[in-house]
Amino acid sequence: MNLRRDVFQAIADPTRRAILLLLASQSMTAGAIAANFDTARPTVSKHLQILTECELLAQEQKGREVYYHLSVVKMKEIADFLEPFRQLWDDRFNKLEAVMKAYQSKK
Amino acid sequence: MEPKTHLTAEEGKQEIFITRSFDLPLDLLFKAYTEPELVEQWMGNKVLKLENTPHGGYQFETRDAQEKVLFRANGTIHSFVPNQNITRTFEMENTPFPVQLEFLDFEAITDEKSKLTMQMVFKSVADRDNMLKLPFAQGINMAHNQLQTIMSKAKPANL
Repeated sequence: MNLRRDVFQAIADPTRRAILLLLASQSMTAGAIAANFDTARPTVSKHLQILTECELLAQEQKGREVYYHLSVVKMKEIADFLEPFRQLWDDRFNKLEAVMKAYQSKK
Repeated sequence: MEPKTHLTAEEGKQEIFITRSFDLPLDLLFKAYTEPELVEQWMGNKVLKLENTPHGGYQFETRDAQEKVLFRANGTIHSFVPNQNITRTFEMENTPFPVQLEFLDFEAITDEKSKLTMQMVFKSVADRDNMLKLPFAQGINMAHNQLQTIMSKAKPANL
């Protein structure tokens, strides 16, 4: 049961969310992933380790290289659980921003 | 692109955090919570009552095109500090959901940007998870969208 909590801690970090986005369309090696970030390589490795432990990422050996890809089942579990509620608030806040910008320019 | 609204709901806790950054000065963001006609525009609800003072309260409702009440909620304002925070309760009427406690913290990021953090505290972990899991959130959203369609037809370019 602790797994779920770890998952939410895992996706609370902006770098880890960025890694998940990066891997949304392709599988990549640790080196290729790290090349997208200013952070030190060991830091990226640590993020990959956490994401793998939470089963958000899976590893696959291809020749000498290890490729990371999204674990679709786990990602879907998070999205199904929280996304509708987040979306509801995102829509409301987008509306708030638009309403207040119109209000501001009217003054 | 990273979404602007973040939601955190840790397993086993009876709370939800929602954070959002706005391209709005702090006072404008706060005003969106204090003027009934502005609240109506972005929440998509009719504001029946909004008394923004300690010991004050509010009541919102949404009706469909046939005037049937789809959603009605009310709460008590416990603390109200302009441009800083609002502490209030929130209860959906005629639903099995118990009342929840909400802490709204407003802060300036720059002169033109601001941030809102909402902490919602539920009666139990199960109540929180039911709230998140049930498809009613989408239902309310649909009701809002319908209402927005009606409103945008009724008041073109008037917002």
